[in-house]
Amino acid sequence: MTILVFTLILFAGALAAGLLGSLTGLGGGVVLIPLLTLVFKVDIHYAIGTSLISVIATSSGAAAAYVREGITNIRLGMFLELATTMGAIGGAFLATKLDTSLIAVLFGGILILSAAMSFVKRGDHAVTTDASRLSQVLRLNSSYPTAAGVVFYTVRNVVGGFFMMIIAGIVSGLLGIGSGALKVIAMDNIMRIPFKVSTTTSNFMIGVTAAASAGIYLQRGYIDPGLSMPVVLGVLVGAFIGSRMLKTTSVSKLKMLFAIVIFGLALEMMYNGLTHKI
Amino acid sequence: MALLKKKIQDTDLEIIIGQLLRYGVLISSIIVIAGGSLYIYRHGHQLPNYKEFRGEPEKMRELSPLWEAVLRGEGRPLIQLGLLVLIATPIARIFFSIFGYVLEKDWLYAILTIIVLTVICWNF
Repeated sequence: MTILVFTLILFAGALAAGLLGSLTGLGGGVVLIPLLTLVFKVDIHYAIGTSLISVIATSSGAAAAYVREGITNIRLGMFLELATTMGAIGGAFLATKLDTSLIAVLFGGILILSAAMSFVKRGDHAVTTDASRLSQVLRLNSSYPTAAGVVFYTVRNVVGGFFMMIIAGIVSGLLGIGSGALKVIAMDNIMRIPFKVSTTTSNFMIGVTAAASAGIYLQRGYIDPGLSMPVVLGVLVGAFIGSRMLKTTSVSKLKMLFAIVIFGLALEMMYNGLTHKI
Repeated sequence: MALLKKKIQDTDLEIIIGQLLRYGVLISSIIVIAGGSLYIYRHGHQLPNYKEFRGEPEKMRELSPLWEAVLRGEGRPLIQLGLLVLIATPIARIFFSIFGYVLEKDWLYAILTIIVLTVICWNF
């Protein structure tokens, strides 16, 4: 296989990953790393670096649209980025120290968590008014536009959410993914903010979190232009098409199918890690 | 009235941030496509080798060797430059937010944002 053919196939694979990632809300990173390591036999360090770059691309592209709609809670995002960026730098250092087999097993675990999380029903919580003191001091309580008018909401358990975000940052820096699933746990389940706000704010933060570990990845030579070029472009095109399709297609069956695929990939990553093939 | 004024400034900031992210991704994509075309044109017939981790050479890791390679018209360094623009996009967003918060006289968030920026730039 020549570089030309390799690049074209990789572009097509990344396009599919970006499309599925944006349609199902799971992000492209979760399938990119298994695609690169299991199918293309790329070393996991290169795979992590490539995935991290694509995560920055999709996050920035989507955030541009969401921020303008006024749903993203920028203050909350900025405050929690303190946690995710510190975590990400720790995670990126860990990635350079840990055995690749262990990284593969951890990655499989996070994949299973992400797939499982996509089935948890995410209804909107009753809007509470018992804001914690800290969320008042930090002015995290905000409002967002809905079809029925502006809805005000408050943020609870700021400290708990902050700690969960440190973990999300570590995972992001260690595995080169956006770790959207963990960010959603922090904001939906711990801080209790409306799900549309948590989804867009999580996406807003992913780019900055990834940029924090990108410096370490660059210096260690994880980011290869030949791999990143088709993957970044493919994921961007796929995510763009996905965001257009999202308004017209029902995704519940697709989501189920994608989750099964991810589950299978997770098991194979873990198996390869445990048998030291990765 | 004061509250209304503050809200307007917040929305302005949101629009600027949205534009910044959009153009960052766009410019980076154009550079990556240009570098990628050169790379494929010159090396498309060769064989890829990513099975073993060797790490990137210095010109892909350090800014000034990278820039010299770009000026020599090399394809791979040009792609890498595009990737750097992409990485810089969310960082630039943080940087501009500082001005936004200072203009709003929101000192708490101005300081918080400076800390986030310092954490990110620590490792470059």
